[in-house]
Amino acid sequence: MDVAVRELSYSQAIQEAMAIAMEADERVILMGEDIGVYGGAFQVTGDLVERFGPDRVMDTPISELGGAGVAVGAAVTGLRPIFEFQFSDFATLGMEQIVNQAAKMRFMLGGEVSVPVVMRFPAGSGTGAAAQHSQSLEAWLAHVPGLKVIQPATPHDVKGMLLAAVADPDPVMIFEHKLLYKMKGPVPEGHYTVPIGKAEVRREGRDLTIVATSIMVHKALEAAETLAGEGIDIEVIDLRTIRPIDRETVIASVKKTSRLLCVYEAVKTLGIGAEISAMIAESEAFDYLDAPIVRLGGAETPIPYNPELEKAAVPQVPGIIAAARDLAKGVR
Amino acid sequence: MATAKKAAEQSNLPFAYTRYSHEQLKDVLRKMYLIRRFEEGAEDSYMRGLIHGTMHLSIGQEASAMGICMPLTDEDQITSTHRGHGHSIAKGADVKKMFAEFFGKTTGYCKGRGGSMHIADVSKGNLGANGIVAGGIPIAVGAALSAKRLGNGKVVVSFFGDGANNEGAFHESLNMASIWKLPVIFVCENNGYGMSTSTARSTAVANIADRAAAYSMPGVIVDGNNFSEVAEASHAAIERARAGEGPTLIESKTYRYRGHSKSDRNRYRTKEEIEDWMTNRDPIALFETELKEFGVIDDHGIEAIREDVAREIAAGIEYAKEGPMPEISDLARFVYTEEVA
Ligand SMILES: Cc1ncc(C[n+]2csc(CCOP(=O)(O)OP(=O)(O)O)c2C)c(N)n1
Ligand SMILES: [Mg+2]
Repeated sequence: MDVAVRELSYSQAIQEAMAIAMEADERVILMGEDIGVYGGAFQVTGDLVERFGPDRVMDTPISELGGAGVAVGAAVTGLRPIFEFQFSDFATLGMEQIVNQAAKMRFMLGGEVSVPVVMRFPAGSGTGAAAQHSQSLEAWLAHVPGLKVIQPATPHDVKGMLLAAVADPDPVMIFEHKLLYKMKGPVPEGHYTVPIGKAEVRREGRDLTIVATSIMVHKALEAAETLAGEGIDIEVIDLRTIRPIDRETVIASVKKTSRLLCVYEAVKTLGIGAEISAMIAESEAFDYLDAPIVRLGGAETPIPYNPELEKAAVPQVPGIIAAARDLAKGVR
Repeated sequence: MATAKKAAEQSNLPFAYTRYSHEQLKDVLRKMYLIRRFEEGAEDSYMRGLIHGTMHLSIGQEASAMGICMPLTDEDQITSTHRGHGHSIAKGADVKKMFAEFFGKTTGYCKGRGGSMHIADVSKGNLGANGIVAGGIPIAVGAALSAKRLGNGKVVVSFFGDGANNEGAFHESLNMASIWKLPVIFVCENNGYGMSTSTARSTAVANIADRAAAYSMPGVIVDGNNFSEVAEASHAAIERARAGEGPTLIESKTYRYRGHSKSDRNRYRTKEEIEDWMTNRDPIALFETELKEFGVIDDHGIEAIREDVAREIAAGIEYAKEGPMPEISDLARFVYTEEVA
């Protein structure tokens, strides 16, 4: 059976996934600030309120802690809420309910309940929105057992992973880079899922492995294409899920290439790069390494407003090219 | 001024005309124009690609910012919001350095690091706009705690929108300010909407000021487009705060003409509603009419103010264009306190 595949933007793919989930299951509701007639700050919910009505596409007051908690409570008791934080930065206001309640409720109650809530977080820099609207906080949440944390990088994946998240019995946190919303890509029609916890090899190569997340996957692929012209053959892994991490795919790749570069937008230290590096250091892949692991992450600073500083604060393609070239050639 | 006051009292004039000299009143008009033209200038520069990111314009809300700030001294402090250009100018900021900030220049108030959403002028007591709804409210309470413990006589004003009244930070802050009798004034600029969500849909009480009862403080409602009314309420609240009697919640009812930010299709309100406010309740037009009626200024005087403001705005934009960009090597500056030289 052939499934039609169209070009959709990342935000259209999310919207389609939510619509499919709502069509299929009355229990699925959307909650968030200005997701109704406004269509969401990034127009992700768009016109869904017209299709499903304000009882299922609920505008909340500006109350992130309470709103997130209501979603958690509803999830425990029979609904399947998809809660949109207007910006991922406002996760900081909802943290109590996410970290203390959603993540731990099943555990604390000895498995008597599940918390099938999905939370969506528009994340990242590049829009000139300055320090409180540009952060990448996914590693904060990935530090919490009980949560699943995903960062789909393509329209195809965000649709499939969102549908997987809605079906998942546990809380799933989706970090969506804001610069991806307009990016287009092939998306199959209808229902399908992309598994949570599974990385994807986006480009095969022999000389070096780049493990990247979210928008950095695209920058890494661009860098890899450039370096292919210099005879450097790079493997690019799209991690897709940062909790739980797909150890097998990363370890197998590093065993093959013997060199590892991690690229992510969040602040470099104490983040996903540290985790991947330690995972390799603790695994059998360690013996295969021909060079020290390299991490490229965000600068140790809040995101600045000035556009040039803003660009300099997160990895860009030229920096990835330079780091990958040096690593592949053994320059340190 | 004493004689003006006396004469005014006799003639039953609105508060502002009994309290302020003609020169002061003309300066209020000038600053209301300065706010409006500043925002129009910023909007225009944004359209031309000279300013990036987004911005939230307070056009239509000028009387509220001016009325609240009139009784404040340069030592008094404010915390502001994402819609904070008017607060900043009303508190005495120089539009040159505001434009420079919006242009991302080191000559800006925040050295290009903050932009519109974090505009501040600490030298004049503006502790900053805020990207987080209600984020400035507890900060203001903290500043008021400092003022009380340090005994420096300062009062603090916290500006926020109607949408902010549903954040926990609002409720927690009002309660603490009340139990500790802190010199802080909570000013809710109710423009009817938090982004697209009307107060009727977001808020369980009819007036934000009704919330004050829960925290045992006065809750005062004013027409936010009437300068004199706002100033009168502000004076009363500030006197109360300075006398050690604690906080007040002022609800200033107003309206924003522009969309919420630069990406708003205005689908949640009608054209008629917007036009009604713009034509019948414009704070600058209302104030001008009053000023003329009470003989404070004539058309020539108004024209002179407009021209003067236009010059200041044009000079401000030039200043902003000329300023230097930050050095990339300075990326990590200001993250921590640098060593004292
Ligand atoms: C904690 C938090 N939640 C949401 C937002 C996004 N946001 C910015 S302004 C705004 C509306 C605020 O409404 P209101 O307080 O009435 O102020 P107004 O914009 O009307 O001046 C929203 C939802 C934010 N910046 N911070
Ligand atoms: Mg409002």
